[in-house]
Amino acid sequence: MAAQRDVSSDRAPAVTATREALLAVEHVSKRFETSEGVISAVDDVSFSIAPGEFVSIIGPSGCGKSTLFNIIGGLVGDYEGRVTVGGNVIHGTHPAIGMVFQEESTFPWRTVLDNVAFPLEIAGVPKQTRLERAAHFVSMVGLSGFERRFPAELSGGMRQRVALARTLTSEPRILLMDEPFASLDEQTRLLLGDRVLQIQQALRQTTLLITHNLTEAVQLSDRVLVMTYRPGRLKRTVEIHLPHPRDSEVVSSDAFGHYLAEIWHDLREEASRGIKEDESRVLHGRGKA
Amino acid sequence: MSGTTLAASRSAARVVGVVTVLAAVALVELAIRGGAINRFIVPLPSEILLAIPRIIVDENVLHRFWQTTQEILWASLLLAVVGIPLGLLLYRVRILRLACETWVAALAAAPIVLTYPLFLVIFGRSATTIVMIGFAAGVAPVILKTIEGLVSTRKVLTDVGRSFRLSPAQQFWKILLPAALPSVFVGMKLGLIFAMINIVGIEFLINFGGLGQLINELAERYDLPGTYGAICFVVLTSIVFFDVTERLERWLRPIE
Repeated sequence: MAAQRDVSSDRAPAVTATREALLAVEHVSKRFETSEGVISAVDDVSFSIAPGEFVSIIGPSGCGKSTLFNIIGGLVGDYEGRVTVGGNVIHGTHPAIGMVFQEESTFPWRTVLDNVAFPLEIAGVPKQTRLERAAHFVSMVGLSGFERRFPAELSGGMRQRVALARTLTSEPRILLMDEPFASLDEQTRLLLGDRVLQIQQALRQTTLLITHNLTEAVQLSDRVLVMTYRPGRLKRTVEIHLPHPRDSEVVSSDAFGHYLAEIWHDLREEASRGIKEDESRVLHGRGKA
Repeated sequence: MSGTTLAASRSAARVVGVVTVLAAVALVELAIRGGAINRFIVPLPSEILLAIPRIIVDENVLHRFWQTTQEILWASLLLAVVGIPLGLLLYRVRILRLACETWVAALAAAPIVLTYPLFLVIFGRSATTIVMIGFAAGVAPVILKTIEGLVSTRKVLTDVGRSFRLSPAQQFWKILLPAALPSVFVGMKLGLIFAMINIVGIEFLINFGGLGQLINELAERYDLPGTYGAICFVVLTSIVFFDVTERLERWLRPIE
């Protein structure tokens, strides 16, 4: 076990929590006690993100990506290591971090505008001001004209844009997204990727995206961190040197294909291991039954 | 579905509802006149219709209607003010929920109306007894459906609240309660049904005014059209309360 950890540490990037890092994750590990024993979800993960940078974490299902998302967002505690924002260790949720969730998370009883204005309402911003500011972010995600609609009247992609606008309204220094477009079809996902890039470039928004989608990771990121299957460790960092401003047209370039192949080369081994272990677990479970 | 389409389909549903009731009434009228139903057991709907003006004038039915309505109103207020917080308490205190939920469910099936002598001893022969029996009969579904609504609130919604650093009070008022409202309203509607049945039943039993007492008196006089006419006013009370509840729900949760 110790030897495995050493090998992983050699391949994983060193802790790069430099002074200019806005977000730093340092030697974070998380274990869960389950009926099958203690499971190590995340093991000794370290990385940092500079202001304005767009970083994606990609890994196979079950590699602890969402656990890492919840740890950084402050929704999961009791972990080893530390998370810092601007050099300060954070415990629990932090106003500098805004989260967009994988699952549909708009409030069905609120209109689009009221959903987006929610963080400002909580902050006690006067109604007129908060509605004006919310309208600005509704427009930013391309939903002008839908302000008075309810989430039930919108498509899945539109609802995720509402969730994104709601998080942006709180003006977080770090935007944390957990597979926000996972449930959408590929074409919608590519086009929403364009929207996210436009917003990121306009706001110079520091962003950490958790994803299992290679195209999305390469299309959007400045850097892609590849994770191993359980326990989740950082396997490799891939710098994406595609030109900015960028849009979904970039997927047709040779360089894009090269990055996809490079990441898939690392990811394939992990994804295969994940599938084999899942199959083995199911078979083992059936054997027991 | 847009607002206009939704309003149009609601109007259409109302029209279909009214037409269906009228058709059913016409069918009963024909069945009685044709001899399929004994008119000494079920009077002609046309006779019931003619009896309504009579019971309004002679039996002071509007005053009785108002008395029953007030009792139901007080019982429903108690259901909301006591039942919903009790549901919240059982949701918050897990051990209490595990200990009491089965008992609360058993209460929902209990024939509360049979315990009316006990209520008479405690509250006397008064409207309070009627209101309290209505409340006791209806509180169980309100508690159970409140718990169900709170428990089934999607975790991601409370996670959103946590990510925006909401206080526990804000989590409840801004997320948990609105998310649980559809289930809470189902509980309130069920509670209202139980409360109304028991309120009219107790009025019938203890002869303390209201529509229940009138139904009793008219039945004893074998005034069948009048009895059914009074029952129509009970149905009217039920319609009024359900309509108000649905409007309140639509106001609080505009679209589902």
